[in-house]
Amino acid sequence: MFNSKRLVLAHFWLAFIAFGVALLLGAWQMLVRSPLHPWLQNPELYYRSVTEHGTVMGYAFPTLIAMGFGYAVSELALKRPLVGLRFAWLGFWLVAIGAVTATVPVAMGLASVLYTFYPPMIGNVFYYVGVVFVVVGSWVWVALMSVNLASWKRENRGKPIPLAMFATVAGAYLWGWTAVGAAIEVLFMILPVAIGWKTTIDAGLARVFFSWTLHAIVYFWLMPAYIAYYTIIPRAIGGRLYSDAMARISFILFLVVSMPIGIHHLFADPQVGSGFKFMHSVFTTLVAVPTLLTVFTICASVEIAARLRGGRGPLGWIKALPWDNPMMLALAFSFVMLGFGGAGGLINMSYQLDSTVHNTQWVTGHFHLIFGGAIVIMYFVIAYDLWPHLTGRALQSVKLMRWQLWLWFIGMIVLTFPWHFVGILGMPRRMAFYDYNDPALAAQALSVVISVVGGLILVVSAVLFFIVLIRGHRAPLVQPEAFRFSRAVHEPRTLPVALNSFALWLVLMIGLTLVNYGYPIAQLLARSDTAVPAVPIGAQR
Amino acid sequence: MSDERLFTFRNRWFTVSVLGTIAVAVVSALIGFVWLPSVQRDAQFAGIWNAICSAAGVPREWYASGAAVEPKEKLTSVEMTPQLLDKVSANSIGRGATLALRCTMCHGERGMSEANSPNLAGQYASVIYKQLIDFQKGARSNAVMSPMAMNLSDQDMRDLAAYYANLPRPPAQRKVSSALAPPIVAHGAPMRNIAPCAVCHGGIDTKAGSPWLDGLPAAYTKSQLLAFANGTRTNDIDGVMRNVARNMTPEEIDAAAMYYARELNSGANAK
Repeated sequence: MFNSKRLVLAHFWLAFIAFGVALLLGAWQMLVRSPLHPWLQNPELYYRSVTEHGTVMGYAFPTLIAMGFGYAVSELALKRPLVGLRFAWLGFWLVAIGAVTATVPVAMGLASVLYTFYPPMIGNVFYYVGVVFVVVGSWVWVALMSVNLASWKRENRGKPIPLAMFATVAGAYLWGWTAVGAAIEVLFMILPVAIGWKTTIDAGLARVFFSWTLHAIVYFWLMPAYIAYYTIIPRAIGGRLYSDAMARISFILFLVVSMPIGIHHLFADPQVGSGFKFMHSVFTTLVAVPTLLTVFTICASVEIAARLRGGRGPLGWIKALPWDNPMMLALAFSFVMLGFGGAGGLINMSYQLDSTVHNTQWVTGHFHLIFGGAIVIMYFVIAYDLWPHLTGRALQSVKLMRWQLWLWFIGMIVLTFPWHFVGILGMPRRMAFYDYNDPALAAQALSVVISVVGGLILVVSAVLFFIVLIRGHRAPLVQPEAFRFSRAVHEPRTLPVALNSFALWLVLMIGLTLVNYGYPIAQLLARSDTAVPAVPIGAQR
Repeated sequence: MSDERLFTFRNRWFTVSVLGTIAVAVVSALIGFVWLPSVQRDAQFAGIWNAICSAAGVPREWYASGAAVEPKEKLTSVEMTPQLLDKVSANSIGRGATLALRCTMCHGERGMSEANSPNLAGQYASVIYKQLIDFQKGARSNAVMSPMAMNLSDQDMRDLAAYYANLPRPPAQRKVSSALAPPIVAHGAPMRNIAPCAVCHGGIDTKAGSPWLDGLPAAYTKSQLLAFANGTRTNDIDGVMRNVARNMTPEEIDAAAMYYARELNSGANAK
């Protein structure tokens, strides 16, 4: 049944190898800017490392996971071979070649522009070409998800789309549209300068286009994790999904409201009016709704599992949960990190509260907790769950898995909590060294050292993760039972067409984008006095 | 169910989602564009339409009533970009070589000074060009250089800059990452808002308009840092060097000047 095993494995292995390398860079960065290490003689090395860490963790790693998982879902949920397998390989190679193309100039110090590559900084042209390749490769995946769904629909008129596929396609459409912002920025604004045709650039407009991508990309990273919450976890712990319709509504809400909110990254930017900043703040608040719906639905699903196992009482059922099951552990850890990270996020997205933490270490702490914590731990779950079906061999190191998940959770908390704290104290982000001998900063030294310990724990956890997977490849061959997604308490036999199609939601997504981005972009495009000289990076002699 | 039509107001999902989205957008727009600007008035507030334009980001004249305040010192008028003079012709270099004959007394035959005036060999063209304009326009003044620059045409200054930039720079004897670099050069002083010298002046990175300092006579570097610190030299863009030099200690000024003069290695001159 599962025909594209090699394709999915290739995506996952490339993703995890890149992740392993970038994780080591991250740990090194934590160390060198802490009081445990003398100041770097060449701070440019730090920015080189930050650029590579961010580019891999932000673009290559989650994109490959989403693509690989999407292909798996397409076959397993639709129960038919993947349409366009050759194109899928083409997409994979585009991403792989793009990742290497972007990495080389970064490693050479020619593109230390950080993964947000904000103009007027302009790095080596191959860095941007590499990023474009990664995005184009992922667009192949977007198209294939759409094509596979359409071809299934032709043969299954009126039937409910399996939830896992519905959610995957929602994620694909979200990515397809949100990547347009950065694509416009790179193709029409940055590349002409990087190639040398132009020497000026409208930095403000470029930032607005990047913000179009920069926030919804987070929800694209998050989609595989949410799909795992709804369609893997309830089955893996022996329960049922509480509500199929609620799941669909959550994914639809993500599709519609996660797009027109990126200007909350530009609260301190002068080129965008305060009214639009406020509107983006409001729509960012709305994104909390699908997350809260998800937390409710999944907690209810977990309770079903507990009561099926004999759990009793208003809270006593929690004890009856299969806590020795790595899936259960991972879900609990993920929710705890999502809770803290989400609470911090509500502060970032508030137009007023943001000013106290803007561009401080709080922000880095926040997105590491949400993405590196709540989301990446679910990527591990996806790998653990799919691996036996991909390799035909059982993952037997269950104890090691539990250790790995515990360490990832503890490491991420130890890493990010002090990080948030020093952010509140005003420690700026993206600096290669801090003068901890100064009385004003001395109090932050301890927190930064604790963070370093968290980073090292994460490295240990990643090592265990690789051991589990590699052991899995060497385990004896077995015949795994057919892959199943979670079943809902009430399986949908018919669905309102609104919950079984995307047209309305895509119209709303694009419409809201025009409302929230149209004027700020048009206004900056129309003005003639917004260009500034480009600043080439790495052009020293 | 397959014949259920979606895009019609008879479909409840369509009605609720479309009207709901519009309602959220309209209400948040009213709050963001009308209500908040009206209750939190700033000095420019002049009615609702004005508030809406302001919240939308339409640029406004902030000092419409009065003229801009002129600075007391004469500041530089050069628009410095990283691309300024990065392409020069051989003719320009040749003309510059002829013009440079009058500069040799202080700046040396081949741009290497023996007289505590700056070396020019291999200096960035844009840097030399900017300083010449500043001397000519009075943004920077020096008893010798100001009269020298007075009668140069714009093309003369471009040619001179091109010529000196084309001369071979003395080979670097060491890298900034070597342990010899004093902290002010390699790290600056983050808590006093001083960036490392080497991130603008070469060694780690270079920034447009910042001269290459390696090999510069210590007496010259020190006198310029002191001039920036006490405000007698004011042609640095946006006061960058004045802010740096004001916050430097006398020891740091000496350390930076000695380091760039390469006097650290040659024991005899170190004291």
